[in-house]
Amino acid sequence: MRRGARLYAVDPRRTTSAQWADVWLGLDVGSDIALANAIGREIIAAGLHNRAFVERATKDFEAYKAGVEKYTLAYAEKETGVPAAAIRELAHAYARADRAQLCWTLGITEHHNAADNVFALINLALLTGHVGRYGSGLNPLRGQNNVQGGGDMGALPNKLPGGVDVENAAERARFEKVYGRPIPPKKGLHLSQMFEAMEHGTMATAYIIGENPVQSEADMTRAIGLMMRLEHIVVQDIFLTKTAEMAHVVLPASASWCEAEGTVTSSERRVQRVRKALEPPGQAKDDIVILCELARRLGHDWGQPTAEQAWDELRGLSSWHRGMSYRRLEDLGGLHWPCPSEDHPGSPFLHDRLWKEPVEGPPAPFVPVEHDPPVDKLTKEFPIRLTTGRRLDSYNTGVQTGGYTSPLRRGESLDLAPEDGARLRVADGERVRVVSRRGAIEAPVRYDTGLRPGLAFMTLHFQDDVATNVLTIDATDPKSGTAEFKATAIRIEKLAAGGGLPHRRRTAVGAAAREA
Amino acid sequence: MDLHLIPGAAPTDLERAAVDGALGPPDSGWDGGERRPKLDGHIAHGGRDARARRHLLLPALHALQGRAGWISPGALNYICQRLTVPPAEAYGVATFYSMFSIEPRPATVVHVCDDIACRIKGAKELGAEMEKSLGPAGSQAHRGNAPGKSGSAHGKTGGAMWLKSPCLGLCEHAPAVMFQVAGGKPAASGPRAGDATGDWTLAPARTADVLAGITGRRALGRPRGASTPQTRTGAGGADRASAGAAPLRLLRRVGRVDPESLDDYRAHGGYAALRRALALGPEGVIREVTDSKLMGRGGAAFPTGRKWDAVAKQPAHPHYLVCNADESEPGTFKDRVLMEEDPFALVEAMTIAGYAADCARGYIYIRGEYPLALARLANAIEAARTRGLLGDDILGSGFRFDIEIRRGAGAYICGEETALFNSIEGLRGEPRNKPPFPVQVGLFGKPTLINNVETLVNVLDIVVEGGPAFAAIGTAQSSGTKLFCVSGCVAAPGVYEAPFGATLADIVKLAGGVGAGRTLRAVLLGGAAGSFVTPDEMDVPLTFEGTRAIGASLGSGVIMVFDDTVDLQDTVLRIAAFFRDESCGQCVPCRVGTERQEEVLHRLADAAAARDGRRVPAAATEVALLDEIGQAMRDASICGLGQTAAGAAQSAIKKLGLFGGGR
Amino acid sequence: MSDPQATSGARASEPAGTQPACRARGVVALTPVNVCRVCVVEVEGSRVLVPACSRKVEPKMVVKTDSERVRLSRKMVLEFLASSVDLSCAGAQVKGWMERYRARPERYGPPKAPAAAGERDAAHPGHHEPSHPGAASTVAQLVKLDNDLYVRDYSKCILCYKCVEACGTDAQNTFAIAVAGRGFDARISTEFANPLPDSACVYCGNCIGVCPTGALMFKSEFDLRRAGRWNERKQTVTDTICPYCGVGCTLQLHVQDNRIVKVTSPLDHSVTSGHLCIKGRFGWQFVQNRPEGCKE
Repeated sequence: MRRGARLYAVDPRRTTSAQWADVWLGLDVGSDIALANAIGREIIAAGLHNRAFVERATKDFEAYKAGVEKYTLAYAEKETGVPAAAIRELAHAYARADRAQLCWTLGITEHHNAADNVFALINLALLTGHVGRYGSGLNPLRGQNNVQGGGDMGALPNKLPGGVDVENAAERARFEKVYGRPIPPKKGLHLSQMFEAMEHGTMATAYIIGENPVQSEADMTRAIGLMMRLEHIVVQDIFLTKTAEMAHVVLPASASWCEAEGTVTSSERRVQRVRKALEPPGQAKDDIVILCELARRLGHDWGQPTAEQAWDELRGLSSWHRGMSYRRLEDLGGLHWPCPSEDHPGSPFLHDRLWKEPVEGPPAPFVPVEHDPPVDKLTKEFPIRLTTGRRLDSYNTGVQTGGYTSPLRRGESLDLAPEDGARLRVADGERVRVVSRRGAIEAPVRYDTGLRPGLAFMTLHFQDDVATNVLTIDATDPKSGTAEFKATAIRIEKLAAGGGLPHRRRTAVGAAAREA
Repeated sequence: MDLHLIPGAAPTDLERAAVDGALGPPDSGWDGGERRPKLDGHIAHGGRDARARRHLLLPALHALQGRAGWISPGALNYICQRLTVPPAEAYGVATFYSMFSIEPRPATVVHVCDDIACRIKGAKELGAEMEKSLGPAGSQAHRGNAPGKSGSAHGKTGGAMWLKSPCLGLCEHAPAVMFQVAGGKPAASGPRAGDATGDWTLAPARTADVLAGITGRRALGRPRGASTPQTRTGAGGADRASAGAAPLRLLRRVGRVDPESLDDYRAHGGYAALRRALALGPEGVIREVTDSKLMGRGGAAFPTGRKWDAVAKQPAHPHYLVCNADESEPGTFKDRVLMEEDPFALVEAMTIAGYAADCARGYIYIRGEYPLALARLANAIEAARTRGLLGDDILGSGFRFDIEIRRGAGAYICGEETALFNSIEGLRGEPRNKPPFPVQVGLFGKPTLINNVETLVNVLDIVVEGGPAFAAIGTAQSSGTKLFCVSGCVAAPGVYEAPFGATLADIVKLAGGVGAGRTLRAVLLGGAAGSFVTPDEMDVPLTFEGTRAIGASLGSGVIMVFDDTVDLQDTVLRIAAFFRDESCGQCVPCRVGTERQEEVLHRLADAAAARDGRRVPAAATEVALLDEIGQAMRDASICGLGQTAAGAAQSAIKKLGLFGGGR
Repeated sequence: MSDPQATSGARASEPAGTQPACRARGVVALTPVNVCRVCVVEVEGSRVLVPACSRKVEPKMVVKTDSERVRLSRKMVLEFLASSVDLSCAGAQVKGWMERYRARPERYGPPKAPAAAGERDAAHPGHHEPSHPGAASTVAQLVKLDNDLYVRDYSKCILCYKCVEACGTDAQNTFAIAVAGRGFDARISTEFANPLPDSACVYCGNCIGVCPTGALMFKSEFDLRRAGRWNERKQTVTDTICPYCGVGCTLQLHVQDNRIVKVTSPLDHSVTSGHLCIKGRFGWQFVQNRPEGCKE
């Protein structure tokens, strides 16, 4: 930015990034498609779309054009709350830029229409040609150090390692040959579907590795209720988490990033090595050892492969990773997939095929999408929009970050615009009752001028103290399985003097584990 | 930028008004204005445009200091919000300048100059009187008897304190004081608001007048021409025409023209040069300046024409023009006199320079201790603007140019050109490394033409008469005339103009020589950054090459004369203290070297005193150490301050035999 | 000496063992501020010495790295620093330079008494009264202990500006600290010398990562040193990847007795050039909070 890049921040809250931005567009929660479609319409109306690119490399432009026709600037201003002039400015700046990127995180994907939100952004990139070229593109910024790698390794219900579709028989055969076992030919269940399966009684067992669904799922009360119906739960984790406390069997694992060898894949598809620096405590074991031991007891001798041997097997199957020997990963400080051979430098960006002459592969389709506001409607009874997010020094449910003392940490709170505080007569720091259609919790109020009236904010970091997910809704995107953590309708009630729930003692999970 | 403001610190209404006075009202709730939840909740503008306002930091701090008397945490918060500057950085800037206080203090602060010229003219005695009336220097600051603390208007508690000050640039009228007075109305909006100031100076400062000044009664100003004996007839001056002396050029109008009247300036030939320049065209002007062989008068003696040409040819735009009016070298006051008495000349000269080097904007960076020059220049710029001599279409030529004044805040280092740029940009006044040089990368990173006041004013005659005519004056290598700041033990201290080539003895004689019955002991040539010259070197011709030949330098034209009544060791110690105080602290050789130099000199002085002036045997080791300190400062410092900080002390030991040094 | 492509000409000309301190530490992620002046060299045609860390090489430039003038200035800079700053944690290399240039910091006299708490933070620029004749001024003062993660011991600060640059435009863009004051009273400071928890500090630790003298230190290291249990010879350093977000920063785990004692990051790494956030820098504690008695 100091070299002249312009930043437009689109976020309901005026975040740190928004404060750095040249323009902050503070849209209403869940109005992303209204905004994106209006930007697309304005770009087309102003004749700023990249006609050559659209003609050469895309399809279904006319359908998109017709689809966004009703998303005028005035309509978008009404739906998003953002002044039309600012939307217009962003549209023109994005279209006219030599290079432009759209970067997003959970604000786009933790919605009941997550995939549509992403399509709305992809449409903009296709419209302007800001994709497939160095410096341009679409960047989902990953929240976990290996969420990308997990998917790449096949930890998705519909994929085999290397992005291979599990329902493609020819490809599946290639894997079966190496694995020496048939692979189920149909895609499996994603997380939300698993909970549905629990509800329908078609899922009786869960083997949970390194996840804390008891605290991380939306509509926590329902999630716990469903998990209680399971006949058998196995948890493999480095901590005795709340989920582990429910388990029938707990397998203590080593911390993968410092007590074991392996790789992780970052947000930019860069595969890097993690290494063992510490001996794990007690009987905690490397995941690979636990899995192989489990396989042995189930009657399959996988031997005792090292992390590198497992990786080399993967490289034999995944063309993305074929060129990434441990040696190269060490020497080069990581490689971006696809890296199909050992003389390949890796691929810092994707989709350059769209710029080849002629275009390689099928044209990229526009996917028209419609604005669909959050499921949890604002009403007189629940008039305030609660959105959730993260804070710098903490991480998800706090299982790891609870372990260190951060001078920045102020515990959980219900963050409110000062104007709302004044209107509701709740003071900064006062404990209040927060009620959604699913449940109620207590939390202290903190005034935050980064919020406008009608918008509240909480995190998921301190579930032991303030179980924010009691409030959230599990309305889930059918395509991605993500719940709408970002949009909950709440009301705020003053506690009667001396009344309310007893103030719960704050116990960090790390501390609890130490005592265990 | 995500600003983390100081928790729980809010500005008072007075502080808010002071800052708004300098910056105009805030744009939105996000930059310090009233929060408008509906609009501000959905849109905010920031980024580069907001960060680009940083250069208004110094004017905002000045407005606040001038109004509230100190920089409170709440007020600093407000400035930071207005300008998108992190509080730690704003604090770093505020604590860089001696005129700003981050502690509450009384509305009136008397800065009593105790620097080299004043301390031989009664500054110490004046300080003693101040101590009787106001307690020890700086004492009120610690008592917290301040106007701004409670947020009430100052003046209610009133009060005053005094501080010792480095040279105030009023050496010809020593001893001098400056009153820094907080209060007054908020100035009109815009960065020029910093021009309005309640500060004023008094010299010569008689105790009674200073005490009266504390209670708000200002002494009368100096009469016109009071600082230029050559422009007066009768006592102390000379009737130049009858004496057959060379005609005054730079001082031609000084004392004769009304410095506040554009018409009077024109009646005395003003703006003829600009008309001529517009007729010559930019290349023509540069040709004349090059032909004139004019050398920069700021001390470095760089050929002015070459500099102008280099900036004019830079492909990067915009180009900036900067006038270095941060005349802070102890003993120097010539630029002050020009600005106070002939301000339109500088405005006209800058307009010509801007025209020649293709600059649309010029800055005058004037030292904070020159409130009168500041006011006169502000008036001159406004008058020129009103008459179309600055602005979008100057004299109907289509040339667009305007000037902004930036007031320094008490930092000698800001006279160094790159430190000056940083100061204008709202950064700490720390010099930059060179290369790159200002002609390529200067103010705001753009090609910049920077000249000092005297250099620029020379251009007027050059343009009117032509370069060759100017080159004919003075010597072959030093053309034109030079202003000399004569102070100390002479009958008629003041600014003297003489063609290059006059000897040191000539100038001292012009100023009436040392008093009757006194003998000349030494002359400090070039200021604190210069060196001592002995009585047997008085025939040195005052040219760039002549002074170089005796290992001295002309510097800014300081000729400070010391007779046998002066404690020169004390003078040298004061110079050492000056550099220790004024080092920006950036580089080690200067930051620690100036400290160590002062320590060694004190050790030597103490030892010499203990031995009753006889040679001290251990002194040889200390003198050798001092030598090494000096060499490291000279060789390894980033800028001229450190590079020259040892010159005076070294020459005092080697040439004058002070501190038990060998002669 | 004719390599116009090189960013630092003098670097190419350095005889082994005399690289500028900052280069020797591999600090390529930082803009050279070149204020320490230890690395000055003589360039023919230049009136004064120039800093090797930042001066760009030009065709036909003639550079002398070991001339009399160079040696004197280097010696003096080392003496100036060693006589005014506690260099005990500055590393063996500095000791080597002191010997090489025969620096004798003791010749400036015995050190003055350390400043009282807050005294250096309150220094006003512009006028001082010389005190304690015969003794050498230093920056000695109390250690600033105001949070659980960092320690700031400005008695060890040589004012190289690296922490300010790292907190600012070189890495973090947080601007929690700046240089305040002037001359010998200049110091690194938050606004109004407020404690770190009241400042903009986000505890990324990037300032510690670039501090060459141990003035900024992890509390974990500070405590072990104070207890006499800090032992670098017993430590291993292992590169791995941060367990938190998707950026993929490299962590260097410094392990002593099977416990992480501090986390650094290689300054030459292409992902974030050695800069981390609070979670990567300090969020490792959880692996050490687990009980030894885990049962299957």
